[in-house]
Amino acid sequence: MPMNASDIERLIKSRIPDAEVTIRDLAGDGDHYAATVIAASFRGKSRVQQHQLVYEALKGQMGGALHALALQTGIPEG
Amino acid sequence: MAIEQFIENEVKTNDVVLFMKGTPQFPMCGFSGQVVQILDYLGVPYKGLNVLDSDELRNGVKSYSNWPTIPQLYVKGEFVGGCDIVREMFQAGELQSLMKEKGLAVKAPASA
Repeated sequence: MPMNASDIERLIKSRIPDAEVTIRDLAGDGDHYAATVIAASFRGKSRVQQHQLVYEALKGQMGGALHALALQTGIPEG
Repeated sequence: MAIEQFIENEVKTNDVVLFMKGTPQFPMCGFSGQVVQILDYLGVPYKGLNVLDSDELRNGVKSYSNWPTIPQLYVKGEFVGGCDIVREMFQAGELQSLMKEKGLAVKAPASA
């Protein structure tokens, strides 16, 4: 079951309210996405911890309904 | 032996362990293949464990690492990340620094 980009964005923001989320549908099939998640609340967290927060937000969809989500996380500049 | 103990033993007794789909010689997934290429490029010896051989291992490592996807890279018992993080670190030269910090010889030059 593919997920659409707005569902992904909504789930991420429900867990990380200050997140700036950019999602690209890589293959146009609703199944392969790339997401960039930038949040000030990531400060002080390792990359692994940042990604874990995003995966937590996706509530187990990752690796299931959501087959492929290339993920990049970061902290806002300045 | 419980699967958690098996995984713990593998990551603690091998310097570099890659949980992957397929084998280093024959990766069965593009994401696993990318990490294999990076490790081969760095020339770091590593042990590949094929999660397609065992559902118990596949599910066990996901819960062990609290990480939902494969591949998963461990260096000296520490979870480094999946494909995206490994690639990002490699491109930034951080993976090379991490290996050196952990006392592992890297053949490739620091910048790729």
